[in-house]
Amino acid sequence: MSTSNFPGGAIVRHAAVWIAAIVVIIVMPYVFTSSSSVSMMSQMGVFIVFALSYNMLLGEAGMLSFGHAVYFGLGGFLTLHAIRAVNDDVWSFPLELMPLVGGLGGLAFGVIFGSVSTRRAGVTFAMITLGIGAMVEASANMFTNFFGGESGVSGNRVTEVTLLPFSYGPQIEVYYLIGAWTIVAALLMFLLTKTPLGRMANAVRDNPERAQFVGYSTTIARFIQFALSGFFAGIAGGLFAILFEIMTAPNVGLIQSGAVLLMTFIGGLGVFFGPIIGAVLVTYMQIALSGFSEGWILYFGLLFVLMVMYVPNGIAGVIVSHFAPWQAGLAHRFAVPYLLAIVPALLALAGLVTMIEMGYHLSLAYDPSRPIELFGMEITATSVAAWVVAVALFAAGLVALRWVAGRIRQRWGEVNQAMDAQRAKQ
Amino acid sequence: MSEREAALKGAVAGLILSSASALAVMLPTAAMAQEEPIRIGYIDPLSGPFANVGDAGLKQFRYLAEKMNAEGGILGRDIEIVGFDNKSSAQESLQILREAADEGIHYVTQGNGSHVAGALVDGVEKHNRRNPDNRIVFLNYAAVDPTLTNEKCSFWHFGFDANSAMKMKAITDYMADQDQIKKVFLINQDYSHGQFISQAGKDLLGEKRLDIEIVGDVLHPVGKVKDFSPYISRIKASGADTVITGNWGNDLSLLVKAGDQAGLDVDWYTYYAGGLGTPTSLGKAAAGKVKMITEWQENLAVRYEAPELRSMLEEFEQRYSGIEFYYLRVKTEMDMLKKAMEKAGSADPQAVAFALEDMSIETPFGTATMRAADHQLMQPLFMSTFGEDYLEYDSEGTGFGWKMDAEIPADETRVETSCEMKRPTRAS
Amino acid sequence: MIESVVFSLLNGVLYGMLLFMLASGLTLIFGMMGVLNFAHASFYMLGAYCAYSISQVLGFWGALVIAPIIVGLLGALIERVGLRNVHKHGHVAELLFTFGLVYVIDELVILVWGQLPVDYRIPEALDFTLFSLYGSDFPAYRGFILFMAVAMFVAIYLLLVRTRVGMIIRASLSHPDMVGALGHNVPRIFTFVFAFGTGLAGLAGVMAGNYFITEPGMAFAMGPIVFVVVVLGGLGSLGGALVASLIIGLVTTFAVGMNYSIADMLASAGIAFGQDSVLGINLSRFGPMLPYLLMVLILIFRPRGLMGSRES
Repeated sequence: MSTSNFPGGAIVRHAAVWIAAIVVIIVMPYVFTSSSSVSMMSQMGVFIVFALSYNMLLGEAGMLSFGHAVYFGLGGFLTLHAIRAVNDDVWSFPLELMPLVGGLGGLAFGVIFGSVSTRRAGVTFAMITLGIGAMVEASANMFTNFFGGESGVSGNRVTEVTLLPFSYGPQIEVYYLIGAWTIVAALLMFLLTKTPLGRMANAVRDNPERAQFVGYSTTIARFIQFALSGFFAGIAGGLFAILFEIMTAPNVGLIQSGAVLLMTFIGGLGVFFGPIIGAVLVTYMQIALSGFSEGWILYFGLLFVLMVMYVPNGIAGVIVSHFAPWQAGLAHRFAVPYLLAIVPALLALAGLVTMIEMGYHLSLAYDPSRPIELFGMEITATSVAAWVVAVALFAAGLVALRWVAGRIRQRWGEVNQAMDAQRAKQ
Repeated sequence: MSEREAALKGAVAGLILSSASALAVMLPTAAMAQEEPIRIGYIDPLSGPFANVGDAGLKQFRYLAEKMNAEGGILGRDIEIVGFDNKSSAQESLQILREAADEGIHYVTQGNGSHVAGALVDGVEKHNRRNPDNRIVFLNYAAVDPTLTNEKCSFWHFGFDANSAMKMKAITDYMADQDQIKKVFLINQDYSHGQFISQAGKDLLGEKRLDIEIVGDVLHPVGKVKDFSPYISRIKASGADTVITGNWGNDLSLLVKAGDQAGLDVDWYTYYAGGLGTPTSLGKAAAGKVKMITEWQENLAVRYEAPELRSMLEEFEQRYSGIEFYYLRVKTEMDMLKKAMEKAGSADPQAVAFALEDMSIETPFGTATMRAADHQLMQPLFMSTFGEDYLEYDSEGTGFGWKMDAEIPADETRVETSCEMKRPTRAS
Repeated sequence: MIESVVFSLLNGVLYGMLLFMLASGLTLIFGMMGVLNFAHASFYMLGAYCAYSISQVLGFWGALVIAPIIVGLLGALIERVGLRNVHKHGHVAELLFTFGLVYVIDELVILVWGQLPVDYRIPEALDFTLFSLYGSDFPAYRGFILFMAVAMFVAIYLLLVRTRVGMIIRASLSHPDMVGALGHNVPRIFTFVFAFGTGLAGLAGVMAGNYFITEPGMAFAMGPIVFVVVVLGGLGSLGGALVASLIIGLVTTFAVGMNYSIADMLASAGIAFGQDSVLGINLSRFGPMLPYLLMVLILIFRPRGLMGSRES
């Protein structure tokens, strides 16, 4: 993303993308109609906002935080307390605007904690956020009036104080409310990246000395970015509170903070739509994969580690790296090697999944000799043959993948050369 | 971008794409059965730190469902237990509730964590109000927070374990008869469960035995303490002869072990010393000193001569080595559900919920009754001691087992309820 | 009163020394490689589980020797295959790599050993009472833990200061290019340091696994607190880690004994105030928060820690 201002064409293109996003949000519940999918998509919306707010830190400003759930969670708790106040007729405020309560709460705590943590960068900053996160989580047990102890705080989102003629009892109405907020928040965060502040954050990330030399205070840039990121995290927390009508102490905790880090990283740092992909994918995996395998955390961890090693720019990074060849009309040259890569990748994956599933079966199942169902086959984890086949599949897949990787590398070389040649002609 | 990186990226892109598609293929497709079974959603942690407990419960439910199906099921339909992993999270459990409703599951059961149970009671109430034609009944097999059958009570919730207040009443009744008890120390986890025990223990002991001195009352953080010796020093310094604790899991094992290592000589009155894995980690540290209040332990089947239960628990343990038949109440829950469905003549949630009210069932240890006022099961409770002189079954292969000290009849566990039950209007 | 202070001191020092056994490896790795190893507590857990399996065959003493070596070798493998590749993407990527490693190792432990606690016991030879004080027994195994921790500190210190290997290691920390130019293989030194550090974590696991409980949650319970120790002591400083371990050990142990609140203190001074507010909360309940509060404060006011020589 290097356009610093909007030429006419770019505006049209951007507008088209956002309108398409709105259409997708509107249409999705007609494609996936069950109430659990609607609920899952609502969660995706919440986590899109949360992951985008996290990207404001790590992606835009290079600030690695291990405590971002503090602002998400506190925003959620505040929103729910506000909803309870409306439930009890103490206060009157429309439900549609409730996430603003969370946002302002997140902003306030962002200002408080940001003023002490953003004076440092790098690993020191990361450790301070970890400490603050752990402290807030520990304090949840002491301030039970606010955090509600281990049973948390719950409220009823049907407050009868609304702007629009909806009750927000049915799942679908909440989905559209979250959808609307997701679009608004995402658009705001996108526009922020185009402002001088966004540029300043990038400069602080890429070369703090030079940014300082030009006359910016890196501390102030980091602080503003941090506080604003807390605002959007708070909005996400508010939406979360409306969706589930309950907030519990783990929502401010380290595990939740780790989850948003995973989402953002897997999706892709630095590319605006990266965290969106990550939020959708990880939310889906968390819900669907845990129903499929006892070892979902292992798959999750392996995916993350592999991505840190080989794809540090995330899924979005992979996509973006194909833009240039695409514009040069050379993208089709990857089709054959990529299709070739799928076969060994599937082989290796099948081998790995079989090994892991058999391992879990052996160590956890009551009767390990009972066959497990995998890929439509019945596999007996206690048989040596099954293990030999699985290991062979995995190894063969890896060897073949190495070979295909050579082909892909070669193809990239050719395409890069061809693009250089095109440029030279112009 | 270097070429090598590019190549790897391509490969990983392919891998991600293919794994995504592979996962999509592997995801369970909605099962279409010709003879629809009655499905019960089991919502408990199946991954993460508490997965072992959730897994053991699931096995017991599945085992009992299998037994029931072999005898013809309920109303000619099979029972199917569908396991859901809630990762100990309240929100995750609510998401599961929606999934369950989508899949046409009208009965859910859960037990680990009163905070999850509280969220589920609230969630089921709201769900049933917003979706009157797709209702859900929540059968709680282990969460003991008294508020679940008091302030938070719901028509759709049924509690099958004696709640914390009832257990504390039973413990203090028993203690009141033990003349050698003079000084009592309370140590509990710092959250509502522990706080409740600390308060109720003090109140009830004060009512029943004026001569007993409460020499200490400590709350410690849940699951965070690695070394309990500072607490042990305090207990020791207080001169206590008896300790009451509602701790569970590692917080209990570490506490008792630290006491043993420091040569602390007290009797421990506990709720959860028989819990999964606890006897293993307690071992000889607990022998002769640790007592627990429960509705069941395996040697009761010997004491009360219940051959059916004995063959059941032996078969269960043989099949699943390493875990035990921990909950009689799971069997009670399943049996009562069956009886209620047969009485109602259908599996309609509302009819079954009405049928469960005031329902009684005979167990080898006496009658268990589902009190209509608050949907709390009344059943006999037992005080037992861990040690070498057990009747027949040792715990988790440790060489130590539970020996019954006293029976507390169902009637004597009764605690008044503040529940104001809101019942739906009965469609006849 | 005096006996509770003595016991708190003893307990605090013991807990602190256990923390130090864990923290020493972490601070070494950071000092040498600049890598904050998030998965350090996971290697500690691996040590405990390996020791359990080995002790089934060779007994505790065999496990004490072999388990740390196995964990160290595993650490070397992970450094060689994973961490070294990530190195070029910078410290944040390294941090993220070890962060992902936590999920993988913790789950692999469940995969191999199951979800239940395993019965890893204190060896018979050390299962007796060392001495009694004010009627409380002090088990011999605790004495053994203290002894091992002190021995470990001395050994590492001598290794770094007195030997040629230690000199090269320290030099490659401050002047990696120069060390490389002198013909030493800096990446290999890194692998060695990572293996050594994780091996130390493994040793801590062997020692603590039977004293506490060997179960899949033990890494998660220990992870953040070890971080606190290392940051507090000053990243890379062995002496700092020792001091910080003792501070954290003593602070958490003494906080347990504080069975009164600020409001109680005010009340005893004749001021009835704040019984229902924050001031009314029992001080012992602040215990778990204190280490993190200390860490945040030190990072804000003295980011190089108590005894660190440089900022991270």
